[in-house]
Amino acid sequence: MAEQNAVDRSKMTVGDEVVVSMDSVNKWYGNFHVLRDINLEVNKGERIVICGPSGSGKSTLIRCLNRLEVHQKGTINVHGIELNSDLKNIEYIRREVGMVFQHFNLFPHLTILENCTLAPIWVRKMPKREAEEIAMRFLEIVKIPEQALKYPGQLSGGQQQRVAIARALCMQPQLMLFDEPTSALDPEMIKEVLDTMVALAEDGMTMVVVTHEMGFARKVANRVIFMDEGQIVEENNPEDFFSNPKNDRTKLFLSQILNH
Amino acid sequence: MAENRKSAGTQSGFVRTEDAPLMPPPPSESGITGWLWQNVISSCADFTSVGASVRSIFMASFTLFVAWLSFYIGWGLFDFAILSAVWDDPETLKREVCWTEQQGGSLPDGWHGACWPFIEAKMKFYIYGPYDNSELWRVNLAGLIGLVGLAWVMIERLPYRRYVGIFLLTGYPLIAIILLTGGAFEVDYGTLSIMAILGLGLISVGRLGRRGILGDSVATVAGVFAVVGWLMVLYAGVMLVLSADVGLMNVDTNDWGGLLITLVVAVTGIVASLPLGIVLALGRRSSMPVARILSVVFIEFWRGVPLITVLFMASVMLPLFLPEGVNFNNLLRALIGVMLFSAAYMAEVVRGGLQAIDKGQYEGADAVGLSYWQKMRLIILPQALTHVIPGIVNTFIGLFKDTTLVSIIGLFDLLGAAQSTLADAAWASPVQGHTAYLFIAVMFFIFCFGMSRYSIFMENKLSRGRRR
Repeated sequence: MAEQNAVDRSKMTVGDEVVVSMDSVNKWYGNFHVLRDINLEVNKGERIVICGPSGSGKSTLIRCLNRLEVHQKGTINVHGIELNSDLKNIEYIRREVGMVFQHFNLFPHLTILENCTLAPIWVRKMPKREAEEIAMRFLEIVKIPEQALKYPGQLSGGQQQRVAIARALCMQPQLMLFDEPTSALDPEMIKEVLDTMVALAEDGMTMVVVTHEMGFARKVANRVIFMDEGQIVEENNPEDFFSNPKNDRTKLFLSQILNH
Repeated sequence: MAENRKSAGTQSGFVRTEDAPLMPPPPSESGITGWLWQNVISSCADFTSVGASVRSIFMASFTLFVAWLSFYIGWGLFDFAILSAVWDDPETLKREVCWTEQQGGSLPDGWHGACWPFIEAKMKFYIYGPYDNSELWRVNLAGLIGLVGLAWVMIERLPYRRYVGIFLLTGYPLIAIILLTGGAFEVDYGTLSIMAILGLGLISVGRLGRRGILGDSVATVAGVFAVVGWLMVLYAGVMLVLSADVGLMNVDTNDWGGLLITLVVAVTGIVASLPLGIVLALGRRSSMPVARILSVVFIEFWRGVPLITVLFMASVMLPLFLPEGVNFNNLLRALIGVMLFSAAYMAEVVRGGLQAIDKGQYEGADAVGLSYWQKMRLIILPQALTHVIPGIVNTFIGLFKDTTLVSIIGLFDLLGAAQSTLADAAWASPVQGHTAYLFIAVMFFIFCFGMSRYSIFMENKLSRGRRR
């Protein structure tokens, strides 16, 4: 399967520049210790897949990267800017970091085109014409330019998720976060979304992806991270991660999701 | 049995080779008979068992009873208002035109109908109150501008609707105030200029503060400085405009009345309550404790007291607390009371809408980098307000009808004006009150029903295309 549509790795180069660094990050929900001493560095051009059982803290981890969640201990640097309560830093980082959600979170009262141009116009202060041109370009990349004037409710789940990717790309981010982008989709729609993500990776985008799509991880990831109970328990390149997992919990997890 | 099924399967008897014919629906599904069947007859035509028969008979008799009752009431109203009504008074008999023979008039004994000449004679009073007769054109002009502007904004095909809307909310109130009162407010220019200068100062402090020049403690409250500053400048500017003498005769608000008062109170309340309510609702859901506590206290206080109490406090108690010589206009006090009161109700309606918005919408807006106010204005409020249009219009209609309460503090609104005309002995007749109240009821119904229909239109318009 993976061989049938081979991935073009020519632009997938990992740079020296550190995009994200998390240094002993801890987070609690009340008394529940959801992230336990997380240390992670992401370099420019890396494609990182985070997997793990539900409740392991993987969504919380990437939501900390654009401060949708607030961590209580440790430091997170994105593009060399520390994420703290300073609103200016948060707004800057959110401009540079795109995010795709499990449930798309498109704005239902706006057309597809308006969904894509809203942030460039209001946040980047881009002229409307220019924002629309850029939006149409990204809608073509995700292969739905003909739906531009429809509303999100009129599109299928897969199409909506591709719009969500285009919306994030319109801000021309340096880093893309994907929080289980295919978990809410019907099986036949998963492929179209994954194809879009593969194309994005082929273009050299830095990506942090929380997903259970192990095929995607094998194809595009350069590192796979396994989380359990709020900790990173294994981190490896995809070949070794899948063929030779070291941690017992990783073995159990892989056997469960690969054999079902 | 298994044999049968197998043979049915191999026969392929269920596969069509030709199109099945399209047939008209049975009479029970369409047309007048269909409507009658579905809405009236079907509930009383089931006699398949004893229980069903009893129910059918009960439903049939209940249907007949309701039909008779509606006809009885409808006919009575129609007869009173149209058929038996006295329409004109050619000999200017006044009250005697609506008297029966027994009472000394010419109508047959036992007559009961509306006395429309009475309404006609009092029409000016119902619409304008004791407003000076020679100055009525000013009220008409103000009303006309407002009506044309409102219609313009509501009709979707017209151009420049946005600008007309902005004019209605900014320039029009000033024009209306000058037209209705005559302008030339007495103001102290010294105080006004001090206020304007102070306001400008606060605005610049806010500007500098936002850039962080004046330190962190100022930066966090820079917005408050700016808002207060703008309000002061705005107040000074408005008062300056209103102080201009345009050569119109001064008409005291005590000489306003009738529909004029009703509309002034209702429109002010409606226009002010929505933005105030939105701010309060956002404040109540804010993560800033000060904003939240202030909003909660405000909302709970104003919701916790009846409007009558508010109006009484404003007209009777407030002057006791004010220093001697400071005198607020009676109408202005009522307006402020109604405004704050309805804002508290509106806040809770809007909050209901905010709570219906999925958390994902907030996160989506955050993730693309929108600021708090951009997020609220562009993403959250448009959706939240659409959800609660029925609640908003409900509050508007309630407010419109609550304006009748201002009559207890000496303002003659539509109902108050009508009641005061009942004391006019020149028109005294047994049907005088019935006619006046019927007229007032119809007037209120027209306005409230109009708002209701427009809200339904808006709901349909806003939901078009957005749902699957």
